[in-house]
Amino acid sequence: MSQPATTTPDTWQSLSQFTAARIALGRAGISLPTRACLDFQLAHALARDAVNLPLDFDQLAKSLAGQGIASLCLQSQASNPQTYLQRPDLGRLLSPAAQRSLQDLNPSAATDAVVIVADGLSSTAISHHAEAFLSLLLPNLQAQQYRMPPVCLVKHGRVAIGDAIADHFAARLCIVLIGERPGLSSPDSMGIYFTYQARSGFSTDADRNCISNIHHNGLSYPQALHKLLFLIAGAEQLKLSGVALKDQSTEAGLALPQANFLLDF
Amino acid sequence: MYTTHLAQQSYNFSNLRNLLAKASPARSGDYLAGVAASSHLERVAAQWVLADVPLKQFLTEAVVPYETDEVTRLIMDGHDRAAFAAISHLTVGDFRDWLLSEQATTETLTAIAAGLTPEMVAAVCKIMRIQDLILVAKKCRVITRFRGTIGLENRLSTRLQPNHPTDNPAGVAASILDGLLYGCGDAVIGINPASDNLEATTRLLVMLNDVIERYQIPTQACVLAHVTTTLQAMAQGVPVDLVFQSIAGTQKANDSFGINLALLQEAHQAALSLQRGSQFADGIGNNCMYFETGQGSALSANAHQGMDQQTCEARAYAVARQFKPLLVNTVVGFIGPEYLYDGKQIIRAGLEDHFCGKLLGLPMGCDICYTNHAEADQDDMDMLLTQFAVAGGTFIMGVPGADDVMLNYQSTSFHDALYIRQVLGLRPAPEFEAWLQNNQIFNHHNQLSRPELPALFRSALASQG
Repeated sequence: MSQPATTTPDTWQSLSQFTAARIALGRAGISLPTRACLDFQLAHALARDAVNLPLDFDQLAKSLAGQGIASLCLQSQASNPQTYLQRPDLGRLLSPAAQRSLQDLNPSAATDAVVIVADGLSSTAISHHAEAFLSLLLPNLQAQQYRMPPVCLVKHGRVAIGDAIADHFAARLCIVLIGERPGLSSPDSMGIYFTYQARSGFSTDADRNCISNIHHNGLSYPQALHKLLFLIAGAEQLKLSGVALKDQSTEAGLALPQANFLLDF
Repeated sequence: MYTTHLAQQSYNFSNLRNLLAKASPARSGDYLAGVAASSHLERVAAQWVLADVPLKQFLTEAVVPYETDEVTRLIMDGHDRAAFAAISHLTVGDFRDWLLSEQATTETLTAIAAGLTPEMVAAVCKIMRIQDLILVAKKCRVITRFRGTIGLENRLSTRLQPNHPTDNPAGVAASILDGLLYGCGDAVIGINPASDNLEATTRLLVMLNDVIERYQIPTQACVLAHVTTTLQAMAQGVPVDLVFQSIAGTQKANDSFGINLALLQEAHQAALSLQRGSQFADGIGNNCMYFETGQGSALSANAHQGMDQQTCEARAYAVARQFKPLLVNTVVGFIGPEYLYDGKQIIRAGLEDHFCGKLLGLPMGCDICYTNHAEADQDDMDMLLTQFAVAGGTFIMGVPGADDVMLNYQSTSFHDALYIRQVLGLRPAPEFEAWLQNNQIFNHHNQLSRPELPALFRSALASQG
């Protein structure tokens, strides 16, 4: 004798082709079916573990060197992961050792732009995306005659660590690649923060432009680069960045799909 | 100077700001700021002292200087002495008793709202337990309107949050349809755009407008771009229902968000002039602002001015109420463990914010949420969701499967909304409820009446094959 069904599937599972969002999960009564409930727990466990996974900076530096990209390993004043999570102020400051490393560089070299890579909250974001993105970005900046020191790799760094580094070099442009907080569906999302005339203790979030969600289900490297170059050009023209610099990069060249089944039929 | 003698020790608190901070229940952001009590005893000593402070004191001692902070000026200059008269003789401790007493009814609480300052409300909040926060908030009633009526008794609304990491229209539409078919979206269909860009914002606004018109959904749209982007969109004739902005409780923090009161005023006027709300029997729905806040936001901009984060948060509500918003949302667990460390701190903060906002006359919702670097999980969210709804919370988020694939955090799901509606017998906004029933998404007992796909959406889905 067949039992009555205890779960009701949703009939629009085909829409999952358009999004990684957890749609059409079905229901047991009005609640999540067991399968969907455990799927979520699995994703949460993976994301929690990703937060605690340290970035292998030596490997990253080696791998960048293989591409002909010089780098310098630095650390913030947050000396361990627990401190990093609870003391964002320390994550914005360079450790004394890092300050000495910077002072040891050629002090007379004029600098236009600094490029910084920080682990942030997702080491996998950086290990998956930083090298590939830098190998697109750096040749482009060099072609524009921007003078840059080695790429600074910062352990336990927050976004504003870039201000301290830009300050040191008196750089006009500050570009920070950072691991974003890991999501359940994208534990490896990278963000880019761009600041014009970044200065430690003076620059605020309103002075920055952010390009987020760089990962395989999000923004592609060329899309992110397109936006960043647009912002840089705009900042050079307006002599500022942040809220007053709007990202009006045309997206026509990016071939974004425009079809929408709710409206076009 | 505020002093007391307790358990063979004397305690001194240099000013009201300091006293409020020391009296605040423990949370990581106040330790980070260096303003928290250094022991349990010091915290309780501060609470004893605070309980004896007359409410009138808050009208003469500003916690952030009047001269340098426009939020303080807004609070002081906008204070309604007539509304305050009924409680002007009370201390903070008396005020707690009054709020809990039979004298504080829905009507009296509504009548005194304009006479309360954020600091008075923050102060009493610090000496209230969770059950006090729930009991008093439940007595408050704040009703707002645009195309639907939000905040009626025994109703709970939801913001449908169909975010997509690249703003792909079909991806956004898939989450919208999923949400509508689960009965979500009466507070707003609100998208966080992946990039704050006029072109992308415009495209999303036009799409939401078309969806709402085509399917005749009694709700409103919002793209959560910066207010300056939305102003540009309005100037170009793009359909804007609600203007969004994140706001905070100090001028300096608002500076760091790239806003000030004049800019918000300009945006409010622009949105009002569009008159896009529904015509009700007694006028047009004209609550057209949507604000988001959250404890810790001022500190994260290094703009807390020596205040604890809960007092800062309450001051953001003074900014909000100036512009008669349709919705105010405290995004309580989004900011991370450096401000609210774990489930316990997030739960209390969510209920504090709801209580303070409601007393000040705001339609408070809560993004019941956490990040993956906080010590919190789904069980914590279930506890806050249940307590928030018991407290009469105005609205919650609806995110597919609780997983926001753009903002990378966990909020409440469409299923969560159905859970709390079923357990507490809460209904959606009446206009949206009628739409759900007319289109056979809900039956007349507000239960999902599927699995048959409602006729309204059959063509759209058929086009997908």
